[in-house]
Amino acid sequence: MSLLDYFRITKTSSASLAKERLQILVAHERSSRHQPSYLPQLQKELLEVIKKYVNVDQEAISFNFEQDEDQETLELNIVLPDHPTKNV
Amino acid sequence: MARIIVVTSGKGGVGKTTTSAAIAMGLAKRGHKTAVIDFDVGLRNLDLIMGCERRVVYDFINVINGEASLNQALIRDKHCDQLYILPASQTRDKDALTQEGVGKVLEELSKDFQYVVCDSPAGIERGAHLAMYFADDAFVVTNPEVSSVRDSDRMLGLLSSKSRRAERNEEPIKEYLLLSRYAPDRVKLGDMLSVDDVQDILSLHLLGVIPESKSVLTASNSGVPVILDDKSDAGQAYADIVARYLGEDKPHRFIDEKKGLLAKLFGGK
Repeated sequence: MSLLDYFRITKTSSASLAKERLQILVAHERSSRHQPSYLPQLQKELLEVIKKYVNVDQEAISFNFEQDEDQETLELNIVLPDHPTKNV
Repeated sequence: MARIIVVTSGKGGVGKTTTSAAIAMGLAKRGHKTAVIDFDVGLRNLDLIMGCERRVVYDFINVINGEASLNQALIRDKHCDQLYILPASQTRDKDALTQEGVGKVLEELSKDFQYVVCDSPAGIERGAHLAMYFADDAFVVTNPEVSSVRDSDRMLGLLSSKSRRAERNEEPIKEYLLLSRYAPDRVKLGDMLSVDDVQDILSLHLLGVIPESKSVLTASNSGVPVILDDKSDAGQAYADIVARYLGEDKPHRFIDEKKGLLAKLFGGK
């Protein structure tokens, strides 16, 4: 350790913060890169249909698209509220 | 057959044109007949960096539209007779650049040249897409900074899906990382992403690190590619990059801090 290092204040560096943020972001963007382009529209329209019958908001619905060697899976998760039905 | 290199980044201002000019000059200086093309339609600047702005008569779009022959439009560099520049058009019509037209020009250049360097515009619009579409190799210019790294990753996605090689199921474009505007002293203080950080995120083969350098501005001021300033750190970094690209084994430089007298006295390592 050099004499100069001795006076340096140790704190989380902004570079390590940048790296952490980038790793999360890049991983997320890479996973969505291979999704079909119609997915956001499909998601929107499905949500509208579901909303017609069930009281749910945007956060209660999650989409997950996965791609394997030979199959593609579209997973749709809806968390139903306590009083889900609407009086249609 | 020429090897087609695209210099790309997504983000603007990271050093694509500086890099295009430097590596094209570097390849030509080593005796490889090289053409460098400006794909930034409407915002031509490669001619300024190469110092041939007053010799532009015809441009890339003129050649595509058949208004001039390739030989009429190519400008021979004044420093190196193996280097030719094809300037972009200043027309505002971006649609003038067509895939078919670009393909034809590249095919014709391929007969006569060993390397064709395509200087991509920033963004992901038509010019950027066509600059990478026909490429064999991609030089991804990145700054150690969050937005540049993110945009580079986005370009990697496009290189692997929206290129001719991808569409034809051929061997993918070879991708190389060029980390520019690097400041080792700031990395040491923890204020800047390090080479290793960027490589961890992008997982790319590192072709070289170009240090933040005053000589880049001096070079562009005078219209001489910075690689010709062989006294400068940036010039040497680009020379190393060209050598590595051509298969030479050159140890990486400019990654660690230059030590001054005081640091030598007090520094432990």
